[in-house]
Amino acid sequence: MAAFAPARGLSRVFDSDLWWSFTRSPVVVVSAVVALTMILSALLAPWIAPHDPFNLATLDLLDAFTPPVWLEEGNWRFLLGTDDQGRDVLSTIMHGARISLFVGFASVLFSMTLGISLGLIAGYLGGTTDAVLMRIADIQLTFPSILVALLIDGLVRAMLPRELHDQIALWVVIFAIGISNWVQFARTVRGSTLVEKNKEYVMAARVIGLSPVRIMVSHVLPNVMGPVLVIATLNLGFAILAEATLSFLGVGVPPTQPSLGTLIRIGNDFLFSGEWWITLFPGITLAVMVLSVNLLGDWLRDALNPKLR
Amino acid sequence: MPPDATATVRTKALVEVEDLARDFDVSKPWLFRVLQGDRKRILKAVAGVSFDIPKGTTLSLVGESGCGKTTVARLVVGLYPPSRGRIRFDGLDMASLTSRAVAAPVRRRIQMIFQDPYASLNPRWRVRDIIAEPIRAFGLIRDRAAIEARVGELLSQVKLSPKDGEKYPHEFSGGQRQRISIARALSSTPEFLVCDEPTSALDVSVQAQILNLMKDLQRELGLTYLFISHNLAVVRHMSDRIGVMYLGRIVELAPGETLFARPRHPYTRMLLDAIPDLEMTGRARTPVGGEVPSPIDPPPGCAFHPRCPLANARCKAEVPSLRTVADVQVACHAVEEGRT
Amino acid sequence: MPLLEVKNLRVEFPTRRGTLVAVDDVSFHIDEGEVLGVVGESGAGKSITGVSIIRLIEPPGRIAGGQVILNGRRIDNIPLEEMRHVRGKEIGAIFQDPLTTLNPLYTIGHQLVETMQTHLGIGDKEARARAIRWLEDVGIPGAAQRIDAYPHQFSGGMRQRVVIALALCAEPRLVIADEPTTALDVSIQAQVIALLKRLCREHGTAIMLVTHDMGVIAETADRVAVMYAGRIAEIGPVREVVKHARHPYTDGLMGSIPSLSHKVERLTQIEGSMPRLTDIPRGCAFNPRCPKVFDRCRTERPDLMKTDGPNLAACWLHAAPGRDEALGHAA
Repeated sequence: MAAFAPARGLSRVFDSDLWWSFTRSPVVVVSAVVALTMILSALLAPWIAPHDPFNLATLDLLDAFTPPVWLEEGNWRFLLGTDDQGRDVLSTIMHGARISLFVGFASVLFSMTLGISLGLIAGYLGGTTDAVLMRIADIQLTFPSILVALLIDGLVRAMLPRELHDQIALWVVIFAIGISNWVQFARTVRGSTLVEKNKEYVMAARVIGLSPVRIMVSHVLPNVMGPVLVIATLNLGFAILAEATLSFLGVGVPPTQPSLGTLIRIGNDFLFSGEWWITLFPGITLAVMVLSVNLLGDWLRDALNPKLR
Repeated sequence: MPPDATATVRTKALVEVEDLARDFDVSKPWLFRVLQGDRKRILKAVAGVSFDIPKGTTLSLVGESGCGKTTVARLVVGLYPPSRGRIRFDGLDMASLTSRAVAAPVRRRIQMIFQDPYASLNPRWRVRDIIAEPIRAFGLIRDRAAIEARVGELLSQVKLSPKDGEKYPHEFSGGQRQRISIARALSSTPEFLVCDEPTSALDVSVQAQILNLMKDLQRELGLTYLFISHNLAVVRHMSDRIGVMYLGRIVELAPGETLFARPRHPYTRMLLDAIPDLEMTGRARTPVGGEVPSPIDPPPGCAFHPRCPLANARCKAEVPSLRTVADVQVACHAVEEGRT
Repeated sequence: MPLLEVKNLRVEFPTRRGTLVAVDDVSFHIDEGEVLGVVGESGAGKSITGVSIIRLIEPPGRIAGGQVILNGRRIDNIPLEEMRHVRGKEIGAIFQDPLTTLNPLYTIGHQLVETMQTHLGIGDKEARARAIRWLEDVGIPGAAQRIDAYPHQFSGGMRQRVVIALALCAEPRLVIADEPTTALDVSIQAQVIALLKRLCREHGTAIMLVTHDMGVIAETADRVAVMYAGRIAEIGPVREVVKHARHPYTDGLMGSIPSLSHKVERLTQIEGSMPRLTDIPRGCAFNPRCPKVFDRCRTERPDLMKTDGPNLAACWLHAAPGRDEALGHAA
């Protein structure tokens, strides 16, 4: 019996309404394929990228400013051309996407964890706890989230010495983007929790005297995750963009670990001197990445909404 | 029979409820209230209810929506703390159980069955885990295989297959889900079951199955039931004694047969007359007018007086208390004064 | 000629797993001024039959076959524009939740006046006067003042009275009432049923009363159709169906209702539950639950047939040769 369980689980996935609505929409399938390709190539960048852009030994300044392969001076070694230091643009994009996606996923995970916990507590306990948490959320919402991220980054910079800051810059960015986004998760989870906590299965758990924490975690949480996943997907696009914005402004990840945003900023200097490919290709990658993630999020939201089914 | 035999029988009540009351604050948030100059609004959901349930019997509470019957059920299982009054279970004051550890042995003996079979089972859990939850929570069985065996036994007891434990709730019909709900309630081997409208979301043929099952279980396991329903016919079928509730109070409490044969309170009579019965084919009834007033602002005196054909000045001013006449308790000035 | 005639109505719901047949080959008629009860458990197709007649069935559901004839005229294939005029003018509708019928943004007076002006072509003053009279008639206290109130200012029972006024004000010949009292408390339920009966008798309006409550049917309807799994299992005069059911399902259903007048130790129990539309059994849909099942029930689907009484029942027990056979088994 047990041996069949995974197969049964898999057939359940392919038999589900979600899978059905997925296969019915070509746009969604295309975005999923694009997003998956990007994630895979970013993850595997150190192994599959044609060059190692950060190994100074392999760089040759003579290769600098090589245009993409289809232009006259193009070179098959550098499909999308090279930058001012002779680094392969395709490889830097693959490595940059790795950083961008890492920051995106990590900051979403952070805001999700924070938002879910606070939302569950506010919704389940209610009363003063709820009022205080939700007022804090209201206040934070009055600041644009990019401003919050800038503020935190600035604070950390002011407090830490330069070298130390470069070491933890990545985590500061993740924290800054994460903290500026927890409100949406908290509000959604609180709303769903208010509905779920009055359902009879929660009362059944209360009747046998389970502790509030146990009820929140094992009963309420699994039932409020649907909308959370939708927001998480949509927020991933936002987080990637926020990181790119911060890096473009020069306050994001350090230049030794360039993300897509850093690449765009570096390339921006050469845009008007004719070397447009240095900034355009990272830009296109960023746009396509965010678009495909957002399309997936939109689809997930509609697919999980029983009213639109 | 020795003279004090009746006294010992009296104290045999498993559940004793005394002057139980519960208020809900339904005011607007504090800031709005201050800005708009509104006063606090208190909903007296239950306003002083007393009853005993002898071991192995069924007491039903019946009434229309807003009468407070569901609140009584939830107070009795400890979902809400009472605003006033006392609940004793097997002689033990429930208010004395302050910590979770002290309460657990008592909570194990009290379980609840809910109204909506679609909301009472966690949709993300497998049935076997749903049923095993009380076993695990009270630490009744530690061994995994033994828990599994016990779940299978419980499923068979409610006439489901032990194999059904592998499935999720959405794979079952409403009636089957209610069986699962009952199996979960039975898993901690309780003595007292509080049933809050357990069949009102079900079709009649399924309702019959569940009611039969509940009666069988009561006989086999010697269970004591507090049964909440709005359906008088169901209540009559299930109960030994019936309490009729109106706006947070019990207006009449009587053995089932007596209540139907000779209803005393004007509200009970009105209710009995309002229900269409299969036997009454074609018979025209004269329904009583009026509607249940809001429990936030109940009428003074007897809450039923605006709809009551027997109401007089005293009924408008003075709240009648439950008085015992033979084996019946009635809260009505007219009955007391013989004005019926 | 009957007022409404439904012939071989079939309603389908196409889904990704195939077509579900929610109403399958249902035929019945309603005479002028008659109350026909349609009773059944959830999933029996009774509500879908009702909304299909007035073509308010929600997509993707669709009428896939059969005819609906009102006053000798087919209304199942006329354009929706024309159907909109039939609804209200010729057929009124009352649903379980009054809030689905009443528009929360308009006063009840506005809604009554608008309905009457659309269908009766009367002037403002006349319409308003009639609206007040209707509200008085359905028992709204202080009708002249409350006519300008909004639906949310009424209690559930009062709202359902307004809905009844709205359904009857254009003086239709037929009212389709779908679970009109299910959401109401018993004492209010009795008031609303009594009101509906009185008004329809006064105006000579026929009612198709769709409900799951056998008690409401027993005291309101003239005839009753019992539905099971999308088909009519039994149809006949209400007294006959209640007291001498000819279909084993009807019989079991009656026995499973707890009685007010006498107490039994155990209720009659029909094992199992109504089949889902995705797996309706072959032959008679009731055969897996039927205590009197025999071979023919498992292979051949029975249509409504004559019984030894005035009822028609879709049961092979009543087929001339099969009947003797079954009775032989029973004995």
